[in-house]
Amino acid sequence: MLAGRSLLEPMDFTVEEMDEIFTLADRIIEDPKKYAHACDGRLLATLFYEPSTRTRFSFEAAMLRLGGEVIGFSEPNSSSVAKGESIADTIRTVACYCDIAVMRHPKEGAPKVAAWSTEMPVINAGDGGHMHPTQTLTDLLTIHREKGSFENLTVGLCGDLKFGRTVHSLIKALSRYKNVKFVLISPEELRIPEYVRKEILIKNNIPFKEVEKMQEVLPELDMLYMTRVQKERFFNEEDYIRLKDSYILDPAKMELAKENMMVLHPLPRVNEIAVEVDSDPRALYFKQAKYGMYVRMALIMSLLGVEV
Amino acid sequence: MVVINSIEKGIVIDHIKAGQGAKILNYLDIDAEKHSVAFLMNASSEKHGKKDVIKIDKVIDVDLAVLGLIDPDCTVNIIEDHIISKKIKPEIPKTVTNVIRCKNPRCVTSVEVNAPHIFHLINEENREYRCEYCDDIVSMKGDNVNEIVHKKWDGNQSGK
Repeated sequence: MLAGRSLLEPMDFTVEEMDEIFTLADRIIEDPKKYAHACDGRLLATLFYEPSTRTRFSFEAAMLRLGGEVIGFSEPNSSSVAKGESIADTIRTVACYCDIAVMRHPKEGAPKVAAWSTEMPVINAGDGGHMHPTQTLTDLLTIHREKGSFENLTVGLCGDLKFGRTVHSLIKALSRYKNVKFVLISPEELRIPEYVRKEILIKNNIPFKEVEKMQEVLPELDMLYMTRVQKERFFNEEDYIRLKDSYILDPAKMELAKENMMVLHPLPRVNEIAVEVDSDPRALYFKQAKYGMYVRMALIMSLLGVEV
Repeated sequence: MVVINSIEKGIVIDHIKAGQGAKILNYLDIDAEKHSVAFLMNASSEKHGKKDVIKIDKVIDVDLAVLGLIDPDCTVNIIEDHIISKKIKPEIPKTVTNVIRCKNPRCVTSVEVNAPHIFHLINEENREYRCEYCDDIVSMKGDNVNEIVHKKWDGNQSGK
């Protein structure tokens, strides 16, 4: 049962519970009108302690398309947080008015503190560089819709794997499915953090390799998950110049890839995917953004225990 | 040879790995005005070669979870009427609340003062613990134990 629960980390829900959400998302995609009043009279709070237009819009659009309404703030200076209110007190107050809350916070674990302080469902919409479980749901729904299965996949993750929370969450979630292999493409400075390597990959005997250049592994991948590599993350200019092109996907590199390799990206993109790739049918990142709204609709309905 | 008289009632924390005694004493934060404390450093030990020993007069209840955290090889002897009434071997605690302080500046505990600092054991051999909130990993074998283990906490201390 998902009703009344919170979503804080990608592993909070079992594989079966995730399937429940994806099945509901499938139904919503097939017949959105049927769900247009599913959340009539319900109120979603969007508590964004740091700006994120994309994720906030996605949640707001999801709730509005279900017939519900939204209140919230999009930067802490306009809220009681500026007066020094604790997260626990803020959420207790919000719970007096709303049915469900979405929180983005620069501090890691903040949504957990919120969820422990209220009976109201709390959704983590990104906590610092830590977790971003609804992006993971988005990524998984994209794979579910486009591939039909999560098993037997060789998944390439490219770019900033150290600070990229979407990457950590996706590795966690995909590690629960059979025969998934990871190819981790990043400069040495931006490799996955120790806790991901130790607690998820090594502990669960999941095959993975770490490489510096995309070209050499592209032909093996069923999916390529791109993230942005920022210049300031490199320790020195030399390495940046040497490696920067390895993390930019362009039509020439796409030629090396399988015909059905999916290209995903959490967006926003800067220059890590050349715009020429957008017209390639394997480029799914804008479709992925749309799936993000549908999966959030399914999530909100499930946590509120709404059935249609 | 240093001779320290026996105590009538209290505890003796024995077989502390040499060098760890100060950390334990620092954490226990015994009220020196109420209790006599003897602290031996580098005493001879058949088991370890060298050991630290702490004797505390008129104190019986110590936080075993913390002892297990800092030095799981030590032994705690409860003394009553000058004799050892009980020998306790501290275990490495699976979870500690408000004992280890999360040093990750990005962790929510750095701003939410009332949030308990909770750490879970993830590797017994290396005594590694993971923060409940931010997943930061700390090793209790490291040199920074004094920094991360709290001497006194406003909230309740407990280990499970």
